[in-house]
Amino acid sequence: MAISIEDVEHVAKLARIYLTEEEKEMFRKQLSDVLEHARVISEVDTSTVEPTSHAIPLSNVTREDEVRESLTVEEATKNAPWSDGGAFTVPKII
Amino acid sequence: MELTEKDALTLSKLISKREVSSKEVVDAYLNRIEKVEPVIHAFINLSAELARKQALEIDEKLSRGEEAGRYAGVPIAIKDVLSTKSFHTTCASRMLENFIPIYDATAVRKVFNAGCVMIGKANMDEFAMGSSTENSYFGVTRNPWDTNRVPGGSSGGSAAAVAAREAPWALGSDTGGSIRQPAALCGIVGLKPTYGLVSRYGLVAFASSLDQVGPMTLNVKDCAALLGLIAGHDPLDSTSIPRTPDEYLSGLTGDVRGLKAGVVKEISGEGIDPDVLSCFYKGIGALEECGVHVEEVTLPSFEYALSAYYIIAPAEASSNLARFDGIRYGFRTECDCADIWEMYDRTRSEGFGGEVKRRIMLGTYALSAGYYEAYYAQAQKIRTLIIRDYNRAWDKFDVLLSPTSPTTAFKIGEKIDDPLTMYLSDICTIPVNLAGIPAISVPCGFSKGLPVGFQIMGPPLEEARILNVAYALEQSLNLDMRPPV
Repeated sequence: MAISIEDVEHVAKLARIYLTEEEKEMFRKQLSDVLEHARVISEVDTSTVEPTSHAIPLSNVTREDEVRESLTVEEATKNAPWSDGGAFTVPKII
Repeated sequence: MELTEKDALTLSKLISKREVSSKEVVDAYLNRIEKVEPVIHAFINLSAELARKQALEIDEKLSRGEEAGRYAGVPIAIKDVLSTKSFHTTCASRMLENFIPIYDATAVRKVFNAGCVMIGKANMDEFAMGSSTENSYFGVTRNPWDTNRVPGGSSGGSAAAVAAREAPWALGSDTGGSIRQPAALCGIVGLKPTYGLVSRYGLVAFASSLDQVGPMTLNVKDCAALLGLIAGHDPLDSTSIPRTPDEYLSGLTGDVRGLKAGVVKEISGEGIDPDVLSCFYKGIGALEECGVHVEEVTLPSFEYALSAYYIIAPAEASSNLARFDGIRYGFRTECDCADIWEMYDRTRSEGFGGEVKRRIMLGTYALSAGYYEAYYAQAQKIRTLIIRDYNRAWDKFDVLLSPTSPTTAFKIGEKIDDPLTMYLSDICTIPVNLAGIPAISVPCGFSKGLPVGFQIMGPPLEEARILNVAYALEQSLNLDMRPPV
């Protein structure tokens, strides 16, 4: 399954990763190789097979709604690359 | 015998009987690290000062006759994918180079509560993506058996640290073989528990439906002990199984007479190095002498496991790694960005390495409009078929067997430019993660001076059984697993 440079650009945009022209070409080739290998799964007739999302399924996992300590503003912002007065700082959005 | 040649349980006994102090043990390991670490590079960050302080506290407690924990004073290496409160956790990524967690992972909290002393955070492939530890932002780890070769991955630092006696045991994580393959390549024991047996709270997520934390040790007894320490239900992980874990250590009798074992044809023949295979069959012979009945079994859907995995794992990764946006924590680009979109794009481009970008791209593609059904949905159905194959096998067999890795340790640089060839390193270990079952790798000999790993798989929650088979094999082969370093 060969994918095009346009496919790579589209996926990079969805994934929010800036790529150089060289990286685009490298990923085009490498992703094509992996997808070509992965194509064997399409040979399998799975029309009557349910998908598995978790191998050891647990359902309706609940817990008591208890009040407990949560993070302080200082803790929550201490690993932020940019913060100011207890808020995260970002480039201008509007 | 040097203290660093002893296993963790022996050290624990010596410390608790006060025949040796925790400080002496920690100092012995720090000396050993000073000697071999410039060559091996098993650690990203060492916690020497913290370890010395913790050791002194434990020695004081013991001298006052106070309870200091089940394995008080025993050093441990922790893979740098597990959160450690107030101590750097990088995931071997530039993205988290300066990240300092505000809480401990549950598995980490459990080893600390038992009195274990963290000696350092072990190197790994970036975000646990890789099979060689070459994808670390902080440089490669070298295999203690041949320093021109990789230690395997992604828990390569943990495996090399234990093999080189820089720590008596370690925690790793396994999404497609990341505990078992490096354990095999470094000649140690590594176990991937049943999905949900060990809490994933504080384990930085790669592929949430596949990730498990597990023990990496010098021998099977230590493995059973460390598993017993970290297993158990955790309300902070909703996928953790609400059940009391078995007594793994006391279950090691070595008596495996009458057990039925199946050799999985699809991962024990074609595609496996002939020397690795002949070593594996020596292990089979040893188990037969212990009274195990061995037969071949065919699990046809395994042919598709690798392909399904390299859709499912990247798909989950592409979603999990969306959190790295340069805002709340982690790296942010220095570039003067016109808007927030450029900031995201540049941050993720500069913060992630090549393999991580490749998997995010692959996963995003497999989940994107027009390809979801053909790739992701189909891969999830293949997963069902693999589980069915295993379930059919459990009707007839108690355990299933295969080599852990198709080759021994390969040369640094040999596969790094060819992702598909690298991915094939995981061919024997991947079906286990897709089915959520437990499996252990235990050394079964050498090929050209390099260790070979023997994989034992069991039904869900049968860790005690696979540990006991591994114990029988280990006792029977009685190998000298000391590397030349």
